[in-house]
Amino acid sequence: RDFNERCAQCSEVNWGLTDGGRFYCRSCHNVTERTREVVNTDFVSNARIQTISKGLRKQEKTDGGCEWYVCEGFQLVLKKQAEALEALGVCPQMKDEILCNFWRRYLQKTKQAYCNRPAGETVRAFSVCDSSTDVDSELERPSLLRLLSLSESEGDLQTDCSFASSISKISESTSVYSGSVDGSLYLMKNRKEKLRMTMPMTLSFCYMALLWLREPMTLSDLLRFVVEGHIPYLNVFQHFPEKMKLYGVDLKIFCVESWPVYEEVYNKMLELAAFLELPRFPDITDSCFLHPDMLCMKYLMEVNLPDELHNWTCRVVKKTCIGEADFLTLVPGNKSTRNVKYDVLAAAVIVVVLKLLFLLDDHYEWLLSDFAEERNKNNKEGAPYFEFKKWYKVIKCSLDSKQKKLDEERAKYLWRCEKPLFYSDKKKSKVLKRRQMVVNLQNQFGKLSGSVQPAEKPNPSSFQFTWSEENTDGSCFYGHSLKGILQEKCGLLTTMNPHYWLCTVKLCNERMCGHLAHYREADFPQSYHFVLRLFSFLLRIQPSYIHDEVCVIEHKLFHKKLRKKPKCNAGLRK
Amino acid sequence: PSHEYKLNFKKSKEVCLSYIQDAMLQKQWKRAAEFLTFYIESLEKDFSTEYMGPSEMIWRIGTEILCHHSNSSMKEFNSFIEQMKTLGVKRYLKVCLEHAFHLLCNGLIDEAYQNLSLAESWRFGEQTIIQNKELKLIQAYRGLLDYYSWCKQKNILLEHGQDGFEDLSVEQEMHSCFRKAAVSLKEIIEIPGVWDLFVKCYVDLLEFYGDHNEARQVLNEYAYNSKFPANPNAHVYLYQFLKRHGESKKSLISALKILHDIVPSHELMIDFNIMLQKSKKRKKRRLGLEVIFAALDYAGWKENVKAWSCLARQVKQIVMSEKHLDWIKQEWNSRKDWWPAFHFSCYLAKRNWQENESLSYEKALVAGILLGKDCKYFKYISHQGCKAQVKRFRILKKFVNKHSPVYLRISS
Repeated sequence: RDFNERCAQCSEVNWGLTDGGRFYCRSCHNVTERTREVVNTDFVSNARIQTISKGLRKQEKTDGGCEWYVCEGFQLVLKKQAEALEALGVCPQMKDEILCNFWRRYLQKTKQAYCNRPAGETVRAFSVCDSSTDVDSELERPSLLRLLSLSESEGDLQTDCSFASSISKISESTSVYSGSVDGSLYLMKNRKEKLRMTMPMTLSFCYMALLWLREPMTLSDLLRFVVEGHIPYLNVFQHFPEKMKLYGVDLKIFCVESWPVYEEVYNKMLELAAFLELPRFPDITDSCFLHPDMLCMKYLMEVNLPDELHNWTCRVVKKTCIGEADFLTLVPGNKSTRNVKYDVLAAAVIVVVLKLLFLLDDHYEWLLSDFAEERNKNNKEGAPYFEFKKWYKVIKCSLDSKQKKLDEERAKYLWRCEKPLFYSDKKKSKVLKRRQMVVNLQNQFGKLSGSVQPAEKPNPSSFQFTWSEENTDGSCFYGHSLKGILQEKCGLLTTMNPHYWLCTVKLCNERMCGHLAHYREADFPQSYHFVLRLFSFLLRIQPSYIHDEVCVIEHKLFHKKLRKKPKCNAGLRK
Repeated sequence: PSHEYKLNFKKSKEVCLSYIQDAMLQKQWKRAAEFLTFYIESLEKDFSTEYMGPSEMIWRIGTEILCHHSNSSMKEFNSFIEQMKTLGVKRYLKVCLEHAFHLLCNGLIDEAYQNLSLAESWRFGEQTIIQNKELKLIQAYRGLLDYYSWCKQKNILLEHGQDGFEDLSVEQEMHSCFRKAAVSLKEIIEIPGVWDLFVKCYVDLLEFYGDHNEARQVLNEYAYNSKFPANPNAHVYLYQFLKRHGESKKSLISALKILHDIVPSHELMIDFNIMLQKSKKRKKRRLGLEVIFAALDYAGWKENVKAWSCLARQVKQIVMSEKHLDWIKQEWNSRKDWWPAFHFSCYLAKRNWQENESLSYEKALVAGILLGKDCKYFKYISHQGCKAQVKRFRILKKFVNKHSPVYLRISS
């Protein structure tokens, strides 16, 4: 697309990309050696400026650093994240095409309002980072930023002397110390700029790309991988090249000191999609991983519930119409539809199904379990009947131990990396001394910790709980039958439980108080809380988010009844 | 516990600290050390203005762990503390001081001395003034260790003296220790505070070199200067000093008077009562009675034969002289409601007789006078005593019977 050379064989300009990322001529299928490098991270010091502005030398960097802009830093971050995702099995298209296209679009959109430049200054400062020293062969190595400048300007890079001075103007106007050229500017004028790039936003970009490709990774999966260290986020600057020095304000931009928050990343993603004026995303159909039918299957497996429950989740999905592509697919900028959090949605569906079958009022589910237990005594052939009590015990035990482990990991989380950061040169020696002391102390007390080895990063896994049907201790419930709690009525299998209680009679106005419902543990049955806690752990979000979604689904499911009786009480007969 | 899935640096270190705390409370030192390793990186974010920041936390926690952990050695501890000293200038002297304490507790007296001397010579601009208190303490403890050396030299000298040796170098050493110790000890004692050990040592030095005036002055200051917190020991030291130097009863009594006011249950109250009883002045004798009654108000004296014998003697003397019965009446007035159950119950009668005949004798005398011959305690004891044909109990019985009208006058 951006490659404009003529083909050596047929002289056409009609290029495509092979799987290996090489250009090939569509007319004659000649494969070139040229590879597409969209994200150019090569840094050569700004030879260009020096050749052009001989008199106007920029402040010399004595530490061997080069000039770099904040957005270049973020570009690097995104590249690293994309590589990590690829290593996790995401298709390469994500990195090579989707993500970089989104990023480019972002740069385009923001560059127009990016620099608050005094009159006369041009934006072409960005074309400085050009790998080519040969002025003529501009097409030699297509760098992303150069492409930008080419598309924007009729730019005569050679004769435009103003950008050299504009650069020095930028750095002179800033009194704050930063390794990047525009670090302080970046933070200063952000008030007007709605979508200033941040570290959490890099994850929004990633998720957006994953969603576009309908990759089998939910947002909660992504964030969990980040926390577990499989995707660069914390201390990602250690992958910056040596010449790219981080000082002062840069630290505020690139240093992360908190785990990414689901809501924040998600909402930013929506904002971003709208800002970039993206079209409707590819449809989420029932063969997609993110479709509730599929996700429910996955989560049912993960929480060790019988396969038969899948029929029920599908029924609920169908009845509430949440399996429709129109409902599930993201249309950026569309404020009238509520946006879908696929993982939360699937979890909520399962919770609703459990409520349908077991009521979960701290009473009925145990009765039902005893009943199933009785029937199991006579049920020696075929699959055993599912007993809620047994399942509860197994799951609780697992959940508690995993939760305890997670809590300890939180306490043991290490935020600092080997590459030390200093705010300014003056502080450098002090920081290094401190670091040395920290390392010494860590060693000293590490030896006293006994034989505890530093925890190895666990292998990234999509599943946090695994159950094996080969275990003879009966701790795997996949094959268990729901017959124990179902009855036949009019030829249909229906639940023995005739009741249902709504989590809330009326939904709140999300815009006013930020939530659709308000969850307080004490107000609800313990079994319900347990189930929420289970999914809360899986998805690493607060139970109230799942509860909100449960309320919405319930209202969809029972909306007819709710509309009929505006004053109905919380209990309903199905 | 609310399981939050959000986390930031500050929160994660707070959580880490709570794990350390739990482990320490349960004496799981390995686990505490493990979590401490994860806490340590908060030193790199130590911009805190909190009361207790990460560096102080690490110092305190690390010290605890190293003290108790089975695998840690003195060498490791020392190296750790040296690092802690460089961590915070504002805390430098405090760390030095506590380090010295730790060394002393482990019997490393020479190392402690070196540390204190080094710390004493530390200068750091404004900080030296701000940390003045710690500096003074360091000097004082260093002085104390000088005293300790002095004692050792003295003992050597005495030994050699016995053997007929003379040792000039030891003597000189001793005197030099004395000088160093005296200066520091004197300085710390001048600051209002509780300096019992320092005072004792200083006085010891002064007495040895014959400077009794200085010693007396120091002790007087320590006991009577209102700027100093009320300290019973100050009066005890003064009293002991006066006694050693054969001072007059008057001064001894005045020294103990305040002790009685502060600590009526002090063990010296017996000595005090004995002195007062013997006094020719009526007021003093009256005071004596008050003192011994007050002492016996305390449970710790219940079975103190000496105390009871003092009281018995005085009561007996008063009864026999038939003068000042009102003294007994006054003292008994506030006690008659609860002393019977406290001291003279039937249970105690049996027990006292079983365990300690002398005790029961003295108590019976007092009971007989205060509660009359019909009181259960007296009756039981005198009966038992006569049955056992112990002569003095027969005498006792006669005595109490003879003076039984006294009871009536006391109790009315």
